[in-house]
Amino acid sequence: MILDFWYGIVSTLLPFQWVEHTFMKNALLAVLLATPLFGILSTMVVSSRMAFFSDSLGHGAFTGIAIGTLVGGLSPLSGTILFSVAFAILITIIKNKSKTSPDTIIGVFASTAVALGLVLMSFGGGFNKFSAFLIGDLLSIAPEEIVMLLSVFVGVLLLWLCIFNKLLIISINPSLAASRGINTLLIEILFSSALAVVVAMTIHWVGLLIINSLLVLPAAAARNITINVRQYHLASVCFAVFSGVAGLIFSYYLNTATGPTIVLISSMLFFTTFAIRNRFIS
Amino acid sequence: MIGQYKHNCEKLESDCHRLCCTKIENFNVVIGKTKILQDVNIHIHCGELTALIGTNGAGKSTLLKAILGEVKHSGDLKYFDAKGVRTGHPSIGYVPQYLNFDLSTPTSVLDVFMACVTSIPSWLMSPRSIRSRVSQNLEKVKAAHLIDRRLGALSGGELQRILLALALDPIPDLLLLDEPVSGVDQNGLELFYDIVSELRRNYDLSIILVSHDLGLVEKYADRVILLNGRVVCNGTPEEVFNDDRTRKAFGMLLSGQKAKETNGSAVERLEI
Repeated sequence: MILDFWYGIVSTLLPFQWVEHTFMKNALLAVLLATPLFGILSTMVVSSRMAFFSDSLGHGAFTGIAIGTLVGGLSPLSGTILFSVAFAILITIIKNKSKTSPDTIIGVFASTAVALGLVLMSFGGGFNKFSAFLIGDLLSIAPEEIVMLLSVFVGVLLLWLCIFNKLLIISINPSLAASRGINTLLIEILFSSALAVVVAMTIHWVGLLIINSLLVLPAAAARNITINVRQYHLASVCFAVFSGVAGLIFSYYLNTATGPTIVLISSMLFFTTFAIRNRFIS
Repeated sequence: MIGQYKHNCEKLESDCHRLCCTKIENFNVVIGKTKILQDVNIHIHCGELTALIGTNGAGKSTLLKAILGEVKHSGDLKYFDAKGVRTGHPSIGYVPQYLNFDLSTPTSVLDVFMACVTSIPSWLMSPRSIRSRVSQNLEKVKAAHLIDRRLGALSGGELQRILLALALDPIPDLLLLDEPVSGVDQNGLELFYDIVSELRRNYDLSIILVSHDLGLVEKYADRVILLNGRVVCNGTPEEVFNDDRTRKAFGMLLSGQKAKETNGSAVERLEI
């Protein structure tokens, strides 16, 4: 029902050839829901130096797909989400409790996860049906996935309202956060779980190879030209949405894979803002 | 300094009869198999600035982290107010080391304050009421003009003053200063400590200062504690600096009578 409403809006407001097909209308809605999430979450991925961590979430989700597909009783998507969240929470806790460098821990977990995923997928020689997950297919979005994405969108926004302030202080100085009575471990777990859910939801549209760039590039570009938190969020979300929509349109006309096209546009935004950063930041 | 403090006592007579204090009782910290801190007992009166000194690895920062609850420890941290009405865990203000900050982040001074003192997400809005509250707090440390400045655009001294203002909202029972001005120039450094002294008088604050700068410690501290895994020596700056164990710990730095030369001369301002 929500979707019919959306199809109506699109047909009225966007009388263009590229949104004539239903799959493009679905993809556009998914992009409009997912990219703001990437924009918002990427601000703290970059500020907390978690680019490598978010990369490993992609690997976790990849294994989640294998497990979700092979284990009965769950739908593949919920299997993926459950495994990714568990994976993210495990890394966060071990990172906090151990003195080993976070890079090493994340490296260990990411390679274990991806190896496990590949072994499970190749079991019985059936890897080919999974290879699509490496690149992803944004045009394969099913209507029920969009409804689910909508609830994730609302959930992440609510979470962001509650935890952003605390996350910001932790990213600036963890001891300062502790002195203000912030439970750093809990906040980090909530944040990494949100990341894991968004990655697990979107990985089969965007693909394992490039999902992390969507969690890094918007904020990395935004940092070049902003000086406070509000500008940072605004720029990051705008860049993410712009590259998402532009990438979708370009990929339609150029007949290229959508995810990589989006990432290329994001990178161009990064290099452009990098070149002009001195005009914005004193 | 002590004279000044007594003078201050007379002025705030009603306040000073309340002998509020913070007690650190039997702190032990063990990390892995290493005992970092052993049987640390410290008693801090309100209005006193207690300096923690010691060589690298003596456990100064660990003690601060244990007080903050960041490091697991045994023992108790207790706060008693004047009438013994309120006892319990003290509220703590903390000024971290300048060096441990991520300054590249697009975050303004106002953003950091909002994140610390309100639950309104700073990415959404910043109401006028908050802005004026922050501005008043910054006024206390002579930094009201920096409210919209990006963290990375502040000088070391400015950043430390802002962190001080932050630690003072709300006014804590116990203020921890962790080598607050290492790497800050002379002017910034003096301004910082003058503000700390003034605030201590105005708000009857208990302060623990970790510093390697013995000249400053001598100038501003009421009490000095030499730490080396446990409390080695505890007393007035004069007592501690003239103690053989302090001389041994700091070797050449305090040899001769340098420790008695006050005024925090440049000679003594040595980083260990």
